[in-house]
Amino acid sequence: MEFNQIIELFEIRCPGCVTVVEGQQALTVQAEKWPEVAKILSEDPDLTFDSLMCLTGYDKGTGDALGVAYNFHSMSKLHKLEIRIEVPRESAEIPSVANIWRAADWHEREVYDLFGITFTGHPDLKRILLPDDWEGYPLRKDYETPDYYHGMPIPKDKTGWE
Amino acid sequence: MAEQLKDFSLLHSDEMILNMGPQHPSTHGVLRLKIHTDGEIVSRIEPIIGYLHRCFEKHCEFLTYEQIVPFTDRTDYLAAMNMNDAYALAVEKLLEIEIPERVQYIRVIMAELQRIASHLVAVGTFGLDVGGITPFTWTIRDRERILDLFEYVCGARLLYNYIWVGGVSHDLPEKFIRRTLEFLDYFEPQIEEYNQILTYNKIFIERTADVGTLTPEVAINYGCTGPVLRGSGVKWDLRKTEPYAVYDKFDFDIAVGDGRMGTVGDTWDRYFVRIIEMKESVKILRQALAQIPDGDVHAAVPKKVRIKEGSVYSRYESARGEVGFYIIAGGKDKPMRVKMRSPAFCNLSVLSEIAEGWMISDVIAILGSLDIVLGEIDR
Repeated sequence: MEFNQIIELFEIRCPGCVTVVEGQQALTVQAEKWPEVAKILSEDPDLTFDSLMCLTGYDKGTGDALGVAYNFHSMSKLHKLEIRIEVPRESAEIPSVANIWRAADWHEREVYDLFGITFTGHPDLKRILLPDDWEGYPLRKDYETPDYYHGMPIPKDKTGWE
Repeated sequence: MAEQLKDFSLLHSDEMILNMGPQHPSTHGVLRLKIHTDGEIVSRIEPIIGYLHRCFEKHCEFLTYEQIVPFTDRTDYLAAMNMNDAYALAVEKLLEIEIPERVQYIRVIMAELQRIASHLVAVGTFGLDVGGITPFTWTIRDRERILDLFEYVCGARLLYNYIWVGGVSHDLPEKFIRRTLEFLDYFEPQIEEYNQILTYNKIFIERTADVGTLTPEVAINYGCTGPVLRGSGVKWDLRKTEPYAVYDKFDFDIAVGDGRMGTVGDTWDRYFVRIIEMKESVKILRQALAQIPDGDVHAAVPKKVRIKEGSVYSRYESARGEVGFYIIAGGKDKPMRVKMRSPAFCNLSVLSEIAEGWMISDVIAILGSLDIVLGEIDR
């Protein structure tokens, strides 16, 4: 299915749920509409996006919202789709889709770990790559590296490589 | 007292939690498995990762596009050429540049040699996990020859920094093609020897056939890719289904598991897919070495990589599965965000699902068949 046809399908099934990202083959979804859209993506016989290829958190700058990009692919229909959800930095909450695509389970934990976006309804949301007692979310642009971790000094000299 | 012991309700039969790792020979790196068991039977596994987290994605935000290449080497250190190639492919998509044909061929040759080298480690260590020590020494011996070839090309044996954005660092040396053909002539009969000592070994089949069956639906739902997905009988290989570089010019088959020793998608199938894939890689290599054209390998290397705003998700078939790079460019010489979709990360997440109900010794076999590299999972 072509990208334009997917947009048309959404206009019939769920009007006003998705908006097209300018100049790109991607759709933006409001966080509160996401469970409804996700259900259509996985269950609609013309879409059947059965594979979640990648789930990326991003932060475009200190003043902006945080975002998550989902890259879907259908193994039977052989089409792709990118969905983006942006949420405000202070109350970053997105409904979890780990019960639809199990691949999202660990990927959502990773985004929570590095960006601090909470995925509501996730079965076991906790840090995955960093230690449990780590403070802050390192991939946010406004993150400041702490001076010490458990009494160990963290070197900050970046001469020669930055 | 004796009377009391006869009453079995007084015996504790709680769930027991067993920690395997982070330092354990069969976890292939620093991985900790929190195994919930009932006696010897596994009820749930919680893999605990992150011991090798080196902030790859954070580093990328401070480095220029060219400087990231050596960092990609260090993610999957057993298939470093594949990682270089996957990253270069993503950046080239953003740059929208044409790559010379000779470079494409060199990359295919390197990727396939690396795939064989990586599968040799996978096959060897898998044998080691289930108790066969000799196959490991054989596969490592043959892998050395591939590393010699890599050393001949770029001077490094493990972490190459060979594939650059837009090209490769050096052209092939004079005798490379002859030496590679010599290696292939030596290597092809060796695969039969691995089959004799390991693949069709009775004890090996007993340990792996019918164990830890992964169904295609579960595999796709968990995002499994590479030999793990193909072991379940799904004919899916990005080299064939979404050809990049010059893969559409070669004649080869996708190896899939067919349940020859038991059920489709069992541990033996996942192992055997790697054996067939090595044969297919030899096929591709022979064709590529025969067809390689002349040309300048530095013709398309940009002086300075600077990308206007945009984003791309590019995927690549590495030895372990689908490596994806999601890059957001911010209009500078440094990327705004680089996300690496690691294949072993998704493959490992399915472990609890397929190991449930099996014995602890089977968990070792199942984990070995997933062929994980922790450097890539933790990044």
